[in-house]
Amino acid sequence: MSISLPALSAQLLVGLINGSFYALLSLGLAVIFGMLNIINFAHGALYMMGAFCAYFLLNAFGLNYWFALILAPVMVGIFGMVLERTLLKWLTGLDHLYGLLLTFGIALIIQGLFQNYFGSSGLPYAIPDQLRGGVNLGFMFLPIYRGWVVVFSLVICLITWYLIERTQFGAYLRAATENPALVRAFGINVPRMITLTYGLGVGLAALAGVLSAPINQVRPLMGADLIIVVFAVVVIGGMGSIMGSIITGFALGIIEGLTKYFYPEASNTVVFVLMVLILLVKPTGLTGRAT
Amino acid sequence: MSTLTHETTPARRRAFSDEMIAFVVMAALLAAVPFTDIYPFFVMQALCFALFACAFNLLIGYGGLLSFGHAMFLGTAGYFTAHALKVWGLSPELGIVFGIIGAAGLSIITGLIAIRRLGIYFAMITLALSQLVYFIYLQVPFTHGEDGIQGIPQGMLFGIFDLSQPTTLYYVILIAFLLGFLLIYRSINSPFGEVLKSIRENEQRAISLGYKADHYKLVAFILSGTLSGFAGALKVFVAQNASLTDVHWTMSGEIVLMTLVGGLGTVFGPVVGAFIIVAMQQYLAGFGQWVTVIQGAVFVVCVLTFRRGIVGELAHLFRRSL
Repeated sequence: MSISLPALSAQLLVGLINGSFYALLSLGLAVIFGMLNIINFAHGALYMMGAFCAYFLLNAFGLNYWFALILAPVMVGIFGMVLERTLLKWLTGLDHLYGLLLTFGIALIIQGLFQNYFGSSGLPYAIPDQLRGGVNLGFMFLPIYRGWVVVFSLVICLITWYLIERTQFGAYLRAATENPALVRAFGINVPRMITLTYGLGVGLAALAGVLSAPINQVRPLMGADLIIVVFAVVVIGGMGSIMGSIITGFALGIIEGLTKYFYPEASNTVVFVLMVLILLVKPTGLTGRAT
Repeated sequence: MSTLTHETTPARRRAFSDEMIAFVVMAALLAAVPFTDIYPFFVMQALCFALFACAFNLLIGYGGLLSFGHAMFLGTAGYFTAHALKVWGLSPELGIVFGIIGAAGLSIITGLIAIRRLGIYFAMITLALSQLVYFIYLQVPFTHGEDGIQGIPQGMLFGIFDLSQPTTLYYVILIAFLLGFLLIYRSINSPFGEVLKSIRENEQRAISLGYKADHYKLVAFILSGTLSGFAGALKVFVAQNASLTDVHWTMSGEIVLMTLVGGLGTVFGPVVGAFIIVAMQQYLAGFGQWVTVIQGAVFVVCVLTFRRGIVGELAHLFRRSL
């Protein structure tokens, strides 16, 4: 079989873009799980809300992509913090499973409401003027917007990593993950940190939603299937390390892209198959510690 | 096993008689349905989901394991039974057996993979596995993809009972449901069930007492998956089709909801929950996605205020075992 370089690179690029979304979403899931002990099933629905925010900002207020890139994560982040304050905080002390069930319910409500008003078809969202067109790299044609998504996501992931691993806030956060009672005893407001963490994780999901709007269209169910793949990514990578989530996310995107080129029939199952293999070889996940 | 002879204690004996009375009442009410104005198709559908929910409850309620991918067993058995009836022309009883074998095989494979991680990961893994199964069924030819297997002949059960007769079909489904229910009831009250509950309560301690925890969990998973398959095989005769809806994650979510509404870890809760949710879907069928919104709201309300479920709350109120 002869390899067509432009076609292969195109699929690799698609893989990298999906990988960016996996990384942004699994990063948020890991941060939230660390602080709240909740697997946020609503993550996919909040990702979708990010994309819809961008759509509304453009069509109702005339605010373009660049505003959406900042405003949508902030708006969805605030929405998330309200959810945390009103609903999720009542789960403290209960079994993990209730967090999953509650956020699953929230996801159903959000997705159902959007489906009622917007149906199931996609709404178009144009690529911003500054990022239109593409460059010819010799071996492939690179659409500028797609390149932008990959680079920008990577930068955001690295900033998040820096924030958590290298700043004062991050140190408090990591400490509160290990032993919330002790951190509270030092006079740090842990409940507020929990709310902020949820807002941060959810904001990352919304940001991924804005980035994906010009590529995948804006659909009420755009996050529903994605979140299941992200769960598999989280199982593969483990939720123990921030850098682990980022690397696993991008790596699985690339593998998926390669599969699309070499064996397209398996492209939507490859991540799940890899999850099975990892579970058989190293059940704790690539970076995970034993639980 | 000699330490587990609590069956003779008075409390246990009273619980057993409460449960037996409730069972007889339930069986009598269900047997009377064809003599009333209630639409039998609705009850048959609800019975299939009730059996499915009871099988699911065996795993979460007694094993403490939340599977978010149980639809794969329902759907697999459905496809296997439908294929056996329609393409191979097998008799109903052989079709059901074939469907159950399919679900049992799948539950052995997925069980061996999924029990390697516990707690929250178990839920994510079962969900991912069921999505894998979904994509496989979307692509393999025998399921007919988006169309599903349609117009399945119901046939003659044991060559005697004509399942295309609604009343005959109703009683066959009812008896099958009651048998499945009793089997589940028997297993949760057996030494096996007691060990399972002890693992749920304190796994380390159960292991130190010499029980192989993983082994018990795997058996519970296979039993639960196989009985879910039984429900899936029965559903083929009621709906006369097998489609991707039954394998989709929304179905896995619905079965969690039914069990939660009725009461996790209660004997009759899943049955009550299944009837309520199926009735709700029936009445709200014309309201588009509002069904999804309401189901989500029920999830939220149940988790925040009503974790025992309907039957659990009643049992708590009257201090009875139900």
